[in-house]
Amino acid sequence: MASMRDIKRRKGSIQSTQQITKAMKLVSTVKLQHARAEAERSKTYFDCMYETVNNILSRVGDMDHKYLVKGNAIKKAVIVITSNRGLAGGYNSNIVKLVTRHEGWKKEELQIYAVGNKGRESLARSGYEISEDLSHIVEEPTFADAMQLSERLLELYAAGKIGEIYLAYTSFKNTVSHEPTMLRLLPVDHEHHASRGNGGNTLMNFEPNDEQALDMIIPKYVTSLIYGALKESIASENGARMQAMDNATSNAEEMISDLTLKYNRARQGSITQELTEIIAGAEAIS
Amino acid sequence: MAEDRNFILRIIAPDRVFYEGKIDMVEFNTTEGEIGVLPGHIPLTVIISPGILNIHETDKEKQAALHAGFAEILPHQVTILAEIIEWPEEIDEKRAEAALQRAQERLNTRAPETDVLRAEASLKRALTRIEALK
Repeated sequence: MASMRDIKRRKGSIQSTQQITKAMKLVSTVKLQHARAEAERSKTYFDCMYETVNNILSRVGDMDHKYLVKGNAIKKAVIVITSNRGLAGGYNSNIVKLVTRHEGWKKEELQIYAVGNKGRESLARSGYEISEDLSHIVEEPTFADAMQLSERLLELYAAGKIGEIYLAYTSFKNTVSHEPTMLRLLPVDHEHHASRGNGGNTLMNFEPNDEQALDMIIPKYVTSLIYGALKESIASENGARMQAMDNATSNAEEMISDLTLKYNRARQGSITQELTEIIAGAEAIS
Repeated sequence: MAEDRNFILRIIAPDRVFYEGKIDMVEFNTTEGEIGVLPGHIPLTVIISPGILNIHETDKEKQAALHAGFAEILPHQVTILAEIIEWPEEIDEKRAEAALQRAQERLNTRAPETDVLRAEASLKRALTRIEALK
């Protein structure tokens, strides 16, 4: 049995860890509320944009547009949204796994646009090509940030440098459930859209013309998806951290009560031992 | 058909739902010129260019400064996905005027490093904001 002093020291260290995890939980709870409110506000735009683009695509029928057909380039750009800080349970590793274990993807075909230090570090470690590091925007993403990123990617796409654009983010369902999601931004899933669209029998008209209108709308669509994904990821990050810290706090609680019991036993044991020794000594004298 | 005299307008900005309601008519600027939309319009998608948005509700009229985005027009519903949109009371007049001057200067001096398209865009934005305040 460990000595009383050892147990006491151990208990002290767990208690101070528990204080830290408790504080972190409180902080992320507050941040989560804020992030969730923001994610919900931007979700309307995100959903509406998705719906509208679906609707439009289901109405245009077959069209040979540069954003609707796959590019010839082999390279795939993947925007990987993770957090800058750890201690968020499986939040970061789930996203990384989504990229590394994706079926049919080869390491050398991918170009990673890392948003978030944690994802960048672990992907760089396993030998992926990091094209750009945009980790600073995770703290407080603005619409302008999303716009700049999508402009750069669309330029590369239009120039034929990359053939596909993917987005890996954590979608925020509710406080306890967040789902790592891989979304293809470009080329837009035309067939998938067409089957989902409703009221596809009236043909959509465009001003100026189909091609120019789609030229302008699709970049906006991509931007809004990136922006929405950033917002949702932040909410998920804080949710995941809150859960992880909550678990850590209750685990610490359990360990402390276990150690308290052990400590009390050890103390009682030492008292009993002392008493036995005294009695034995007294008997030996008499 | 009396119930067909108005339609639903939804204006959605990235960070909020800007406007939602039943209206008689909406007017705004597109890349092809100004349009006014009444109920029963054919399905049409237009790209917005900076200008004043006029919302005609049954008993009153509302205005806003609309800078960028696109609109999906359907017979009974119009959805405007606006990247930048403001009510007049949200506009800072002094800032808009300062921006106007800056943009004009940049366009007048025509330094080689000037991004003319950007300067023009900010000039248009500033003009729209000032007009919305009137």
